[in-house]
Amino acid sequence: MTSDPLVIAGRTFGSRLVVGTGKYPSNTVMADAHVASGTEMVTVAVRRVNLTDKSKESLIDYIDRDRIFILPNTAGCYTADDAIRTARLGREVGLSNWVKLEVIGDERTLFPDNIALLEATRVLVSEGFVVLPYTNDDPIVCRKLEEAGAAAVMPLGAPIGSGLGIQNPNNIRIIKDQARVPVIVDAGVGTASDAAIAMELGADGVLMNTAIALAEDPVAMATAMKLAVEAGRLAYRAGRIPKRMHASASSPVDGRIASATAAAGSRAGA
Amino acid sequence: MDLIWSKILTIRLNGEPYDIAGPVSISALLAALNLDPRIVAVEHNVVVVKRQRYDDTIVNDGDEVEIVRFVGGG
Repeated sequence: MTSDPLVIAGRTFGSRLVVGTGKYPSNTVMADAHVASGTEMVTVAVRRVNLTDKSKESLIDYIDRDRIFILPNTAGCYTADDAIRTARLGREVGLSNWVKLEVIGDERTLFPDNIALLEATRVLVSEGFVVLPYTNDDPIVCRKLEEAGAAAVMPLGAPIGSGLGIQNPNNIRIIKDQARVPVIVDAGVGTASDAAIAMELGADGVLMNTAIALAEDPVAMATAMKLAVEAGRLAYRAGRIPKRMHASASSPVDGRIASATAAAGSRAGA
Repeated sequence: MDLIWSKILTIRLNGEPYDIAGPVSISALLAALNLDPRIVAVEHNVVVVKRQRYDDTIVNDGDEVEIVRFVGGG
């Protein structure tokens, strides 16, 4: 297979796995997991500095910025205005104009408010941001986000942190089929097979945090995810066989030894 | 000492009241808070302040200032 990088807004990534930086047991484990995952892009959140406890280490010190691109998110924002403000602040901290745009609509599901998301996408695109919106697995919303100038669309596989896997594979396939920008399945992955399924469906990448960070061994899970994303991508490009209801013998039917009475049956086996 | 520089301002810093002698620049505020300007971003009255403007952006009594940084997230 030829080289197969992920390209978003003209920027090339050697890995199709985007990883978060939250919930790890320690910054050191996070850094090791990032290396094991092979990721070239990690998400970070933008939060108020804790003025009473400034002793905390800086997250940035544990991200290898020579290899890894930092993608600030607007997680926790419930209005377009807050998301826009957060994106502008993130741009100033990180000195890049990329943003993983989240506008959350509900605390329990963390499902996006797609109306506010679309509005915030339009504003940020007009300000020169490269906007990667986290959204539902809804092909219509994804199309509208793309029309609004999103550099990629990031439909969820399942609720954030749920680990339920890809709940609506067909929608992911439809979204990919119509999209002219990269499709990153963002959220819902629980284990390696979930990531492989997302890639086999044609997703251009997978973004995950909890599945790695809260695994019993985050570094081992990061390795598993790297392999799963690569395997799923290869399988997608290789072109899988069609599904069929009945068996199709792998061994030749001709030339079998058989008694005259059994020869009428077609029991070639595997 | 000039009177204007000895005034105690009460600003709203990250949502909480905060007293500081001023008027004070963003640069001086960050220094007083012992924060590295390279790893934070500052919003002054809901407008992001570019790093090169920290010296000449002055915080006045009653102003709102937000100082943020990157933390772990997904």
